[in-house]
Amino acid sequence: MQRRTFMGAVATAAILATGAIAQDDPVKVGFVYVGPVGDGGWTYEHDQARQAVEAEYGDRVETVFQESVPEGADAERVMTQMALSGADLIFTTSFGYMDPTMNVAQKFPDVKFEHATGYKTAENVSNYSARFYEGRAVQGFIAGSMTETDKIGYIASFPIPEVIRGINAAYLAASKVNPDVEFNVVWAYTWFDPAKEADAAQALIEQGADVILQHTDSTAPQAAAEAAGDVITFGQASDMAEYAPMPRVSSIIDNWAPYYIDRVGAVIDGTWESQSVWQGIGEGMVGIGEITDAVPEDIREEATRIKEAIGSGEMHPFTGPINRQDGSVWLEEGETADDETLLGMDFYVEGLSGEIPN
Amino acid sequence: MIRLEKRKEPSTLWSYATPFLAVALTVLAGGLMFAALGTDPVAAIRTIFYDPLFDPQYAAYSRPQLLVKAAPLILIATGLALGFRAGVWNIGAEGQYIIGALTGAGVGLALYPAETRLIFPLMVVAGALGGWAWAMIPAILKTRFNTNEILVSLLLVYVAENLLASMAVGRLRNPEGGGFPGSRNLSQWDAAANPELVAGTGLHWGVIAAIAAVIYAYILLNRHLMGFNIRLTGQAPRAARFAGVSPNRIVVFCLGLSGALAGLAGLFEVTGPAGQISIDFNVGYGFTAIIVAFLGRLHPLGIVLAGLLMALTYIGGELASFMLNIPAAAIQAFQGMLLFFLLAVDMLTNFRIRLGREAPA
Repeated sequence: MQRRTFMGAVATAAILATGAIAQDDPVKVGFVYVGPVGDGGWTYEHDQARQAVEAEYGDRVETVFQESVPEGADAERVMTQMALSGADLIFTTSFGYMDPTMNVAQKFPDVKFEHATGYKTAENVSNYSARFYEGRAVQGFIAGSMTETDKIGYIASFPIPEVIRGINAAYLAASKVNPDVEFNVVWAYTWFDPAKEADAAQALIEQGADVILQHTDSTAPQAAAEAAGDVITFGQASDMAEYAPMPRVSSIIDNWAPYYIDRVGAVIDGTWESQSVWQGIGEGMVGIGEITDAVPEDIREEATRIKEAIGSGEMHPFTGPINRQDGSVWLEEGETADDETLLGMDFYVEGLSGEIPN
Repeated sequence: MIRLEKRKEPSTLWSYATPFLAVALTVLAGGLMFAALGTDPVAAIRTIFYDPLFDPQYAAYSRPQLLVKAAPLILIATGLALGFRAGVWNIGAEGQYIIGALTGAGVGLALYPAETRLIFPLMVVAGALGGWAWAMIPAILKTRFNTNEILVSLLLVYVAENLLASMAVGRLRNPEGGGFPGSRNLSQWDAAANPELVAGTGLHWGVIAAIAAVIYAYILLNRHLMGFNIRLTGQAPRAARFAGVSPNRIVVFCLGLSGALAGLAGLFEVTGPAGQISIDFNVGYGFTAIIVAFLGRLHPLGIVLAGLLMALTYIGGELASFMLNIPAAAIQAFQGMLLFFLLAVDMLTNFRIRLGREAPA
């Protein structure tokens, strides 16, 4: 009897406690990361944005995150457990989380989901991505202007539209200032593997490349270029400023903070609605890291001008005339690429050599 | 003075007790690590071991997930353990797992969008054959050219991973996926799906296959000549040869069987929990199964328990990671401690700890 009273008291206390929490109920926001928060690239930037959300809303939000979550069944379980733990909004920050996100979203209609870099949406699932190719155009311009060997090495991750688009944008900008420029693309089949990326950078440098562009997330190519001495590189996903002013002469920075703050705010206000966005330099989602003194002033000024022109919408990196690699016409004079073609881009533009592996 | 004295015979008591001792030591050392990281160690251990099973908020979901996570581990580890007993070291189950998923999914996708009940069984056979064939490479190289199966099977994992990536963005890519990597979703195509058989239990064909494999391995080892030969080859290779056991046959059998089981695990995963071939389809089951095999003392029933325990540390580890802010690396270190302590206390089976000076001989 006594025991029962005791248990009853505990239960009442527990109910009171949860009730008290429910009153000022902070919005719980979960983040699912594909890499470790210390990767210095992709996941690092997402986590910076998570911290920005905390700084912005203070006590009104509670954030939780899970790092290094494999894509597939494990991701689905992590998201489910987050939803069960009372998350109101969950950011799933890798392309491979798309189907798991859709599945979990179906089971938790009251939880909102934001999936990065995919293409599916639902009533409670938004997707968002950045127009990194805008940054690639700035990078390509600097690369084409700076190269002396006319050989540019490109460490690509996987032959998916996102990466192919980046190669095309960089090449178009580079060949515009330097028609002799040649791109040598190495497919690393990884997003993050310092050893593999270092090997790829080394091989490209040995083949005469004096500019290395990368679409992988580690700083290993920067280190390889630094060792080689006269090779320049660009930070990827995050600023990688520790390699400035040489070899890293600029960078593309993923800046998710404004978007995350905006979306969390929408959940707090109760105005969140499903959407699909693709933001670029203009909205601030794509940042161009400081262009260092290693780049001559006139090139620096022109690069800044290009960046601003793209940001204001005055210039589009894919403006015709542009032919496909096989010589067929893609864009007529003055025509700009539509988003649908860009999102599914599976071809090289004219002038690039080699084939997209398939 | 503490010294070790070799036992005349391995201690039966300790061979059963060491797994439990290893778990206890892991909890202790893990607790210290969590405390050093500034997390309440009791809460961390509780979240890892207790919450997934009994917490009212999570258990209903986590308990079935335990089976989902443990099934491929048990299936692969059962095959590996047979080989390990015979001294055949298949370290490349991860690769066989990938290839099984690829061949199985490939056969299924070739028939898309047919709707017949025969497709799934056909895929199961193709998956097992794929894993078997991939394991035959180290087997034949060993029996013909005496290469080291540890190296060959391990290195073939990296070959398989690259093949997987190329298939996910090439041949097996979903033609309706907008150019993005990844195959069609097999779990959403009824003819190829490996669904949850009883709602809310986590039971799928892979779990049934794992149970069948465990029973088969148990019978093989205890009631069958092949099982006897396997054990004999492991314990006394020379005696086995005198008894007329062909070492090559053992190598081919053990690698083939473990490869086929790993291939099956891959097939059940790709048609069920994972759903599709993707670039990062493999998440390390083939390697973790090695830990499971040893944690389970290479015994079929031990492997079942070890597989469930390992699955628990994964699921509980995830909970602890996001609820208590423990870095993912710390959870991996925690799992690593388990193998470390297991191997360390293993010595108690074969050695006795003596206090005091060794008596002069």
